[in-house]
Amino acid sequence: MAKYIIKRILWMIPVMFGVLIIVFTITYLTPGDPVITILGTGYTPERYAAKAAELHLDKGYFGQLFTYIWNIISKFDFGKSYFSNIPVAREFATRVPITATIGLISVAALALIGIPTGVIAAVKQYSATDYVLTALTLVLAATPGYVLAILGVLYFGVKLRWVPIAGLGSFKAWILPLLTNSIPTLSIVTRQTRTNMLEVIRQDYIRTARSKGLSEKVIRRKHALKNCLIPIVTVIGTSVAVVMAGSVITENIFNIKGLGTYLYSGILSRDYPIINGSVLLIAFIVCCVNLLVDLAYMAIDPRIKAQFINTNKKKKKRTVDEGVD
Amino acid sequence: MLKRKKRNEAIENALADMARHKGGGSEFIQRMLRNKTGMIGTCICFVLIILCAGAPIFTKWDPYEQSLASKFILPNMEHIMGTDDFGRDLWCRLLYGGRYSLLIALGSAVISTVAGLVLGSCAGYFGGKTDLIITRFLDIIQAIPGLLLAIAISSALGSGPFNTMLAIAIGNIAGGARIMRSTVLSIRGNEFVEAAKATGSRDARIIFVHILPNTIAPLAINASMGIGGSIGAISGLSFIGLGVQPPTPEWGSILAVGKTYIRDFWPIVLFPALFIALTIFGFNLFGDALRDALDPKMRD
Repeated sequence: MAKYIIKRILWMIPVMFGVLIIVFTITYLTPGDPVITILGTGYTPERYAAKAAELHLDKGYFGQLFTYIWNIISKFDFGKSYFSNIPVAREFATRVPITATIGLISVAALALIGIPTGVIAAVKQYSATDYVLTALTLVLAATPGYVLAILGVLYFGVKLRWVPIAGLGSFKAWILPLLTNSIPTLSIVTRQTRTNMLEVIRQDYIRTARSKGLSEKVIRRKHALKNCLIPIVTVIGTSVAVVMAGSVITENIFNIKGLGTYLYSGILSRDYPIINGSVLLIAFIVCCVNLLVDLAYMAIDPRIKAQFINTNKKKKKRTVDEGVD
Repeated sequence: MLKRKKRNEAIENALADMARHKGGGSEFIQRMLRNKTGMIGTCICFVLIILCAGAPIFTKWDPYEQSLASKFILPNMEHIMGTDDFGRDLWCRLLYGGRYSLLIALGSAVISTVAGLVLGSCAGYFGGKTDLIITRFLDIIQAIPGLLLAIAISSALGSGPFNTMLAIAIGNIAGGARIMRSTVLSIRGNEFVEAAKATGSRDARIIFVHILPNTIAPLAINASMGIGGSIGAISGLSFIGLGVQPPTPEWGSILAVGKTYIRDFWPIVLFPALFIALTIFGFNLFGDALRDALDPKMRD
């Protein structure tokens, strides 16, 4: 199994290289010359050449790409912002914790609230609670985070004046960003849990467990929920990607100085090191989460774990199965 | 010689027809009609499309004509949703704006479906190295969250309806390609494909005549379920100033303008937000219903 985990981790390296090349190419192909943007009008050819050399922009596509990759690998240097001259890596150090905190709390909230709510809706199928929850999750899953955010600001911030409408100064200020980050995906987790629970509850082994005289609580937790965790974990994993990408828009609404606003500022001013570095970092986080999700599968389901412990013969079968799926 | 070729074609077509035959149209419509939430969604989509397509009928105002004398008017009989910062009727701007949101979403769904179809069917049909390269490429693309990729691409392409369409489409290709690949893989083993191969059909013919017709259902499901999300992403891009920009009346760009007046004038925030949410809600329900009706097995 350790072999599989190592292989899985090593696979991240080519993926990250691929992401790096794609992102770099996108910004490279963007029309407009950064040197002219930085120097403004009235520069001399010498100053132009000096600036271009300083930013390694005089090297052509492959030269630039290799310098960029080499600097990241050897010095963890993502380059400097064209305009503020602050190294991108240093900005990351102050901004990533903010975005990560919001993201972690949001994801934790959507797991801790979404799963129990889904279980309740499934156990009480066709009751009023179920109908209300289903309708609510349908509506909320359809509302993008930024729409929720701006409606929240309008109602709770401007009309009721319960929460401040920007920044993260006080405890109250965290409420809206967290809610708007987690509610859309929370609804999806709830729906996923409900449908999977409904499927599992009808299985024979649940009836067996009941006839053994186990309490409903134990059946729900140990027999039913455990068996439908895999798709739920998958949804939670994808929600991380949604929350990270959504941070560009939500942080912009609440004026939070995180990774999202940083990337946004980079896009507005066409500050390519910022764009490249931020997208790369977010892709890295998403990759790590995918890895964790894969490892979680093994922790949840002994059958999946068994595939990696058994002999080579079984392993071959697995690759075939994977191919068909 | 000619005769034999014709006969082979007839066999192929009969086999493909047999494989294609699944219940038929009337059953599909019945299933659609029976699904209550699905019907709500379909109605919402239908009404929205009618309203936006027939915008000149449902409003007497012009979406671009400014009248500074009548700016920030609260909703009344004349302007049922009030007016914006340039005195333009909001209801009118939202209806015309819907044309952009809906058309861009549909266009990007078409582009990403076609691209996904080509990539996925090549990977699934040819297998081996082609499959490996394409799936690895999809792995890499999927490591970047879709919205983020769309943001990066549209910042490179610049704003404008067509570029937004392209940016959103590229972000959605991977999902469709994966579904296409697995569908083709499951079809490839069927007897009618082998029959076609045995009769000497070319690869292109097998893909287009025998395999593609059987993948329409999953592709249609995937595309229709993605439209809601695309509308959210399009308006999101416009909201941060990357997609469609003012004065073009796209919902996200109206909302972005509204954000600056959020303390003083609520209609310009509330109504575009409701339009976006309602549209996504409608298309999500419609997509779910389509999935349930086309392929009951895929029901979650």
